[in-house]
Amino acid sequence: MNCDVCNENDATVYLTQIVKGEMQKVNLCEDCAKEKGVTDPTGFALADALLGMDSDQEKSESVDLMTCKACGFSHSEFKKSGRFGCSECYSVFQSGLESLVKAMHKGTRHIGKVPSRYRVVKKYNDQITELKDLLLNAINDENFEEAAKLRDEIKLADADFNESNEGSLEN
Amino acid sequence: MMQFKTILKNPAEWMMSSGPNGEIVISSRVRLARNLKNLSFPGWAIEEDRSLVLNQVKPVIESLTEMRGAFSSELTDLTAVKKQVLVERHLISREQAAKAIGSAAVMNRKQTLCVMVNEEDHLRMQSIKAGLNLSAAFKMIDKVDTKIEENIDYAFDNQYGYLTACPTNLGTGMRASAMLHLPGLVLSDQVNKVIQAVNKIGLAVRGLYGEGTEALGNLFQVSNQHTLGEPENEIIARLEKVIKQIIEHEENAREKLYDDNRTTLDDKIGRSYAILRYGHIISTKEALDLLSMLRLGVDLGYFSDELRGLIDVLFMEIQPAHLQVYANRKLNAEERDCLRAKIMRDRLKNLPEPSKFYKNSSNEQPPEED
Ligand SMILES: [Zn+2]
Ligand SMILES: [Zn+2]
Repeated sequence: MNCDVCNENDATVYLTQIVKGEMQKVNLCEDCAKEKGVTDPTGFALADALLGMDSDQEKSESVDLMTCKACGFSHSEFKKSGRFGCSECYSVFQSGLESLVKAMHKGTRHIGKVPSRYRVVKKYNDQITELKDLLLNAINDENFEEAAKLRDEIKLADADFNESNEGSLEN
Repeated sequence: MMQFKTILKNPAEWMMSSGPNGEIVISSRVRLARNLKNLSFPGWAIEEDRSLVLNQVKPVIESLTEMRGAFSSELTDLTAVKKQVLVERHLISREQAAKAIGSAAVMNRKQTLCVMVNEEDHLRMQSIKAGLNLSAAFKMIDKVDTKIEENIDYAFDNQYGYLTACPTNLGTGMRASAMLHLPGLVLSDQVNKVIQAVNKIGLAVRGLYGEGTEALGNLFQVSNQHTLGEPENEIIARLEKVIKQIIEHEENAREKLYDDNRTTLDDKIGRSYAILRYGHIISTKEALDLLSMLRLGVDLGYFSDELRGLIDVLFMEIQPAHLQVYANRKLNAEERDCLRAKIMRDRLKNLPEPSKFYKNSSNEQPPEED
C-alpha cells in the first residue's frame, strides 16, 4: 500500500480518525509521518482505547460513538463487554484491533482450517495477487507480449471465479 | 430421540472407558466456536434473530449421522435442575444454562459430542474422549464442523479466521483441554509451581468447572490460551507435550509420596475409604476430595483397576443437580449431603478394604489372604 501523502513510498503508519462517527483512514510512510508530526507511529491510541487505557480522552470519546451499521453495536459497548455485536464489527472497528489481538494471541494471522467455500475465494485471491505481481514486473521490464498474456490470464481467472460463484449461488 | 432420563441413566462413554494415560488424565475435550455470517452474535442479537439462527442451524445438526438418536432440546424446555445436570456433565457451559430463547443443546447418545446453539457464539461444538486423546477428539469435532459448513455460511475472515463474539477465540476458534487428576502434586505442594510454569508458556489451568472455579477433587483443566496464529494440529501437539510433562511430574510426586510417606498415604486413603463407606453427611467438596483419594488409591494399587470407572461416574453423580434428579424433587443442602452419603455407601458397599495387594502384582508378592 502506498503512502497517501507522497504516493511513492510504502505506507508503514496507519492512522484512523473519527469524524462524525465515521472512520477515516490515513496511511503514511515513515518520512511523511515524521513530517506531519505523527508521534504515534504504531496507531496504539485506538488500541489503548480498545483496552480501556485511554491516554486521549477526547479521542476515545469519539471512538465510543462509532457504531456498526450491520448490527448497531457501539464501541463503548465493546469496552464494557469485550465482545463484539456481529462479524461485521470486525471490519468496522478494525483499526487498533490488530494490536489488541496481538496481545491476546500467538500471531495476528489465521493459519489453520479454512471453510471450503472460502477456500475458492482464498485461492482466487492468491492467484490474482500473483498474476498482478507478474504483470507489474512484465510492464516494468517492458515485456508487453508477456503483459498481454498475463492480462488475459487475469481476465480468465476473473471469469472462472465469477462463473463458479454464480454456480454456488444457485445451490 | 433420546430422552433426558436416558442421559442420566447412562454414564458418558468417556467416563466408563479408560483412555491413554487414564490414571492421570480423565478426559480430553476439543471445542470449536463458529458463527453465522450477517447475523448478530447471540449476546447482542434480538430474540427473533436468535430464533432465526436456531431454526437454520438445528435441523442441520440433527441430520448429522453422528447425531442419530441424539438428545436435542431448547434450553427453555428444560428445568433449572436439568440444565444444571448438563453443566455438571460438562455438556453445556454455565453461561449457556443461563441463556433463554433460541438456545439449544444437541448431544449424541454416547455423550461424546455436543453442539450448543446460541451460547456466546452461534455454534459451540465439542467432543469428549477418555484419557489423553486430544487429537482423536479434534478429529471427531473437525469432521462434524466440516459437515456443518456444507450447509451453513460461517463468518470467516482471511486475516482473523473464524470470527467469534470475543476476540480471544479468533482464528481457529478452538479450545482444547484435558482434565487432569493431580493429587500427587497437590499433596506435595508442587501444584502451584507447575501451574505457574504452564501459564508462562501460554496455556491456562483452571478448576473443575472452568474459568475461576476452585480445583475441587484435585482436578485441573489445562487448555490452550491462544487460538490465532497457530494451526489446530500444532496447538494440540504443544498441549499434549506439556500435559505429558505434567503427567511425568505427577508420577514422580506420587512415587515419592509412596516411597517416603507411605503411612500418610495409607492414612489418607484409609480414612477416605472409611468415610465414603460409613459416612452419613458428606458435602460436594468433601466428596470430591475423598473420591480423589480413592482414585489415587486405585492408581497406587490399593484397590482394583475396575473401581476407576465407578469413581469417575460418582464424580458426576454426587453433584447437586444430579442428586435432585435422582431424588426426583428439590433438596435442600442438608438433604443433599445425606443423599450423597447414602449413594456413596450403596455404590461402594462391596468395595474391599484398601490393601497393597494390587500394586504391581506382577513384580510384587501379594500378601497371604486369610
Ligand atoms: Zn509518504
Ligand atoms: Zn456489528
